[in-house]
Amino acid sequence: MKVPISLNGQPRELPAPWHIADLVADLGFTGKRVAVEVNGEIVPKSRYGSTCLAVDDRVEVVIAVGGG
Amino acid sequence: MGKIEAHVAAPLDTPFTMGGETFRSRLLVGTGKYRDFAQTRDAIEASGAQIVTVAIRRTNIGQDPDQPSLLDVLDPQRYTILPNTAGCYSAFEAVRTLRLARELLDGHNLVKLEVLGSQATLFPNMPETLMAAKQLVADGFRVMVYCSDDPVQARMLEDIGCVAIMPLASLIGSGMGILNPWNLRIIIDEAQVPVIVDAGVGTASDAAIAMELGCDGVLMNTAIAMAGDPVRMAAAMGQAVSAGRNAFLAGRMARKPYQASASSPTEGLID
Repeated sequence: MKVPISLNGQPRELPAPWHIADLVADLGFTGKRVAVEVNGEIVPKSRYGSTCLAVDDRVEVVIAVGGG
Repeated sequence: MGKIEAHVAAPLDTPFTMGGETFRSRLLVGTGKYRDFAQTRDAIEASGAQIVTVAIRRTNIGQDPDQPSLLDVLDPQRYTILPNTAGCYSAFEAVRTLRLARELLDGHNLVKLEVLGSQATLFPNMPETLMAAKQLVADGFRVMVYCSDDPVQARMLEDIGCVAIMPLASLIGSGMGILNPWNLRIIIDEAQVPVIVDAGVGTASDAAIAMELGCDGVLMNTAIAMAGDPVRMAAAMGQAVSAGRNAFLAGRMARKPYQASASSPTEGLID
């Protein structure tokens, strides 16, 4: 079964079940400084392993970049 | 005969305290527009800045995770990382961005709020800025706020509880310098919290002028990053902020228009 979500504004299909930790790992950011929001709510790092992504979730994964 | 060596140290500055933290440097720098991370790191090092701004953006899907990230180069243990809301045009977007930033920085809550109102001029949208400031202060953030140089709105931001008022000196990234020192003076004279000129500095003398006006600090990015030699300009900016601060503390001589006054003795001239 595939789970369609929106990742950073782009459509994406995930295998099920996928936790946020799986997504962060897939992006290559495990252990790095990111922040994750699902449907407008921040998900704390401590819950990456226990939060499952569901159909039509809107997921944002952000990092710090150069800026003034 | 030996020379008499002078060892008079510059008198100490008063501490620069903002949001309950004390800083040594009054220069705050951005991290955008540099050639690469090595240049970013070297310029920031040369500037002596302790507070360093960053932007928050979506990860580029498919980017090489082995590449270093900005925060690998700028250790948050060493620098105070100041996340900004650059590119946000509403209070909603700005608050959302800074909540993500706080999570990303393990609860660090000193932030730079900017809500823009014009893509052409990057002037702030002040009603949205005031609204966002209220929400962020209520949510426990320590808010440093980019704003217009309107003294009344600056006071409103202070009344909301912002920890620093950061009026523009001229347009972001324009390097046009300190265009309205008169307004800045009013804001500085009235504010009980630090006033930091944010945006518009083009070269070292601009930074010195801002500090001579009595600003508590200067925040800049483009003036360093787009200089011919960013690392050297970063050092110049650190010196200019320091020189301007000392000149402000010293107090300049009175202006005496059209009244020349010789510094050398007028007697004992050789006939």
